[in-house]
Amino acid sequence: MPTRRTHIQTNLNGEEVDFLCEPRQSLLEVLREELGLTGTKEGCNNGNCGACSVIMNGRVVNSCCVLGVEAEGAEVTTIEGVAEGEALHPLQQCFLEEAALQCGVCTPGFIIASKALLDSEPSPDEGRIRHWLAGNLCRCTGYDKIVRAVLKASDMEEVSA
Amino acid sequence: MTTTEKPDYKVVGTRPIRPDGVEKVTGKALYGADINLPGLVHGAVLRSPHAHARIVSIDTSAAQAMPGVLAVVTHADLPVVSDKALDMGEGISTASDMSKNVLAADKVLYRGHAVAGVAATNVHDALSALEAIKVEYEVLPPVLNVQDAMREDAPLLDDSRHTKTPTGDLSDNASNIAAHTRFEGGDVEAAFAAADIVVEREFDTKMVHQGYIEPHNGTANWNSDGTLTVWTSTQGAFAVRSALSELLKLPVSRIRVIPMEIGGGFGGKIGLYLEPIAAILSRKSGRPVQLTMDRTDVFQATGPTSGGHMKGKIAVKDGKITAAEVSLAFEAGAFPGSPVGAGAMCMLSPYEVENFKVDAFDVVVNKPKVAAYRAPGAPNASFCVEQLIDELARESGADPLQFRLSNSAREGSRMITGVAHPRIGHEETVQAVQSSDHYQSPIEGPNRGRGVASGFWFNAGMQSSVIASVNPDGTVNLIEGSTDIGGTRASLAMQLAETLGIEYERIRPTVADTDSVGHNDVTGGSRTTYASGQAVYEAGLDVQQQMVSRAAKLWECETEDVEYVDGSLRHKSDSEKTITFAELAGKQMETGGPLQGRGTVMARTPGAAFGVHLVDVEVDTETGKVEILRYTIAQDVGTAVHPSYVEGQMQGGVVQGIGWALNEEYYYGEDGRMENSSFLDYRMPTSLDLPMIDTIIVEVPNPGHPFGVRGVGEVPIVPPLAAIANAINDATGHRFTELPISPRRVVEELHNLQ
Repeated sequence: MPTRRTHIQTNLNGEEVDFLCEPRQSLLEVLREELGLTGTKEGCNNGNCGACSVIMNGRVVNSCCVLGVEAEGAEVTTIEGVAEGEALHPLQQCFLEEAALQCGVCTPGFIIASKALLDSEPSPDEGRIRHWLAGNLCRCTGYDKIVRAVLKASDMEEVSA
Repeated sequence: MTTTEKPDYKVVGTRPIRPDGVEKVTGKALYGADINLPGLVHGAVLRSPHAHARIVSIDTSAAQAMPGVLAVVTHADLPVVSDKALDMGEGISTASDMSKNVLAADKVLYRGHAVAGVAATNVHDALSALEAIKVEYEVLPPVLNVQDAMREDAPLLDDSRHTKTPTGDLSDNASNIAAHTRFEGGDVEAAFAAADIVVEREFDTKMVHQGYIEPHNGTANWNSDGTLTVWTSTQGAFAVRSALSELLKLPVSRIRVIPMEIGGGFGGKIGLYLEPIAAILSRKSGRPVQLTMDRTDVFQATGPTSGGHMKGKIAVKDGKITAAEVSLAFEAGAFPGSPVGAGAMCMLSPYEVENFKVDAFDVVVNKPKVAAYRAPGAPNASFCVEQLIDELARESGADPLQFRLSNSAREGSRMITGVAHPRIGHEETVQAVQSSDHYQSPIEGPNRGRGVASGFWFNAGMQSSVIASVNPDGTVNLIEGSTDIGGTRASLAMQLAETLGIEYERIRPTVADTDSVGHNDVTGGSRTTYASGQAVYEAGLDVQQQMVSRAAKLWECETEDVEYVDGSLRHKSDSEKTITFAELAGKQMETGGPLQGRGTVMARTPGAAFGVHLVDVEVDTETGKVEILRYTIAQDVGTAVHPSYVEGQMQGGVVQGIGWALNEEYYYGEDGRMENSSFLDYRMPTSLDLPMIDTIIVEVPNPGHPFGVRGVGEVPIVPPLAAIANAINDATGHRFTELPISPRRVVEELHNLQ
C-alpha cells in the first residue's frame, strides 16, 4: 500500500502552489520529483554540501534536511525564482561575468545562499562572504571567482539601491 | 605574461560569457538526475557490507515478490565477457574486470561493491526491496594497503592473478601485484657513488576522492526493437557507448548515449557503474529506469585515486641532479589499473636526470577500483620527488627556485621514457614565480614558512570530431561531442569564431549525443580545448574553403582569385568584389545548397604542461591546523583561449591539492570499512579555509596547435602536495612524509620531536 499523502500549500517563488507528499519525502525530493523544479540539486542528501539550498521564510536551508510537509504555509524561494522573467539577478549576472562556475551543479545553491546574504547584508566583505558560504561546497573553482562574483554583485546592488 | 610574440587574435584571449551560462545560473540546465521520461521508474543498488568475501548465494525471490518491485538484477544477468582490454581514454581495464566491478560475480572485493539492483515504481520501494535480498557471504580477511598486499603470505584478491614483470613475463606465484614496470637509464650506482649530496626518504599517501558534487547517475531505456538509449553524466559518451557494447554484448549501433550536463568529474566519471545495471533493469521491466547514487555510494564504490608507498633517493653533484632512484607502489583498488606508471613517468620530467632507476608496482587491495583523478598518479609521485628536491636545494644552500631552474628540463631533454621534450615552458614558469610580487615579498612571523614545487603533466590528444553548420542568418551551429565540464563550449566556440573571423556570439555550440556526431574521446587528459579545438579549426578551414568556392561561383572567377580575410570574401584583384560571411551565408540556396564544414582529428601533439607553485603557510603548533596564507600558481598554458576559465582550472586544481595535502583521506577501519564516507567526515576545503589563489598565466605557445593551446586542467593539482609539505617544513623544521598533514598528524609528529 502506498503511504498516505498529505496535502500541502505553500508559497513557492511567489506563487501559491499545493502538492501531495508522503511524510518521509524531503522538500528536496518534493521540489524535484513532484513539482519538476530540478534546479535545486542533490549533492549529499545529508546537509553537508549545500547544493540543495533554498530560502525558506527568509533563511537558507538545506532542502534535503527539511520535510516536504514542513513547507505548509511557508514562503520558499528556489533558484527558479531568483531571476525576474528574463532579467537575471545581479548575482546571476556576476557569476556569469566572473566565470564563477565550471560544472555548474553547485551554482544554484551558491546563488541562493549568496542571495540570502545580500538580502540581509548588502555589502559584506570577503571574510564575511567566505564565512557565509562555508556551508556550500564547490569542487571546481577553488571559490576564488565565486567570492569575487558575490563581491561584485554586492557593489552592483549598492549602486542600484 | 607572454613569452613570445603572440598573433593579434580577436577572440582568443578574451573573456566572453559562456554559451551555457544562463541555463546554469537559472537552474534550467539538465544534469543526469534531472531527466524525466514517460513511465520512468527508479531503482536502487544493494552493496556489499564486507571488504572481502565469497558470495555463497543470492536469493532475490522475496524482493521480487514485493509490491512495486518491477525487476531485480545480479551479475548472473550480465553476459559473460572476455578479458579484452577496454581503453576508456584515461585508464585501461578489461571487460571482465569492469563487468565484475559493475556487479560482483563470485566475490565482493570492497565494502560498497554492487551485488544486486532493483527497479520499482518509486525509489523508496526499491530501497525497501534491497533489504529483502538475502546474500550469504563467506567473509575473508581484507588487505588494505600496499605493504600488506605485497607480502608473500597476503590474502589474494584473485588467486589466478600473476604479476606482469618488467620483462613482460608473468610471475610464477599468484600475487596481488598486478604489474611491475621499470624505467632504467645511465649508471645509477656510479652516479650515487660520485655524488656530493644524497637524500633518501620514504613517503605514504592515502586514497582520496575526486569529490565532484554531483553523484553518479544513469538512466536507461531498452526499447522493444532491441536498441538501448542511455542518459548519463559522463566525461565521455562514446566511451560509455563502447563499454556498454562490450559489457552488454550489443553492437554500438544499437546504443545511443545522450550526455547530460555533468556536475564535475575530474577523471572519476569515465568508467561505468550504474548504466549497465539500469539497462538490464530496463530490459527486464520494460520501463525506463533511473539509478542515482547517494554520497556514501559515491565514496565507497566510485573514484578514488590511489594511495601508496614511495621510496626515493636523489643525488646532486656540483649543484646538478645526477641520479634518481624511486620505487612507487600504488593501490589499484579491487582490480588492476592504478596510475602508478603515469606517476613514474611524470615525477622527474621537470628536470634533466641522466641516471635513473624507477620501479612502479600496481597493487590490488580491498578498496574501490581507482579511477582517473586529474593528472592521475603525478601528485603522489611528485609529493615524493619534489620534497627530495627541496631538501637537496636546502642542503646545497641554493634558492629552491634557482635550484629548479639550473636543473630544468628544456626542449630536447629526455624524460625517463626516452621521449624528448618538445618546446616546453618549465624555465619560463619558474622565472615567472621568481619575479612575482609574492616571491619578492619576504615571509615573516613565527611558525610561518614558504614552499615551492614544480609539476608536469603530459596532456592528451586523441580523437575529436565536430560539424559546423552555417545558418542563413550568418550564425554557425557547432555540433561537438566533448562533454563540457568547465567551459569548453566557450573555448571551442571561440576558436571557431577566431578561425572564421566572426563574432563569438554568432557561434552556437551543442554537445551532441553519440548518434549525432562523429567519435569523440573523453573530456579528460586536458585534451578538449586542445584536440577538439583543433577539430574546430579544421572545420572552420573547411567552411572557409567552401565559401571561397561559392564566392568564385558568384563572381564567375577562379577560386584562386578569391581570398578569405577577417570574416569576408574578397576578390584578390577587384576590390569592388567583397562579400561578408553573413551575406554569403544568406546566399546558400543560390550557391550550392547547405553549407557545412567538418573537422576530425587524431591529435598527437598536445604539448606538455608545467606548473610551479608558491605557498605560504602558518602552522598552529597547539591545534595542528595549517593555514594557507598566500598561494601563487604559475603555469605554462600555451595560449589561454578564455583566460577566466584557464585561471579557474588553475585555482580549482590547487584547491583540490590543498585538500589532499591537509585533510582528505579514505579512513579505514581494520575490517575494511571506510569510516568517513560523508562530506562531513571526508572534509574537502570550504571557502573559509582558503585565501584567493593568485594565478600567473605563462604563454609558451604549443607549436602543435594552430593557436598554440596546451591543456591546462590537470597539472595544477600536481605541485600543491609537495609545495605545502615544503612550506610546513620551512615553518616547523620538520618534514612530513605522510599525507594528509592533518591537525592530528601535525600535533603528533611535532610532539614526538620534543
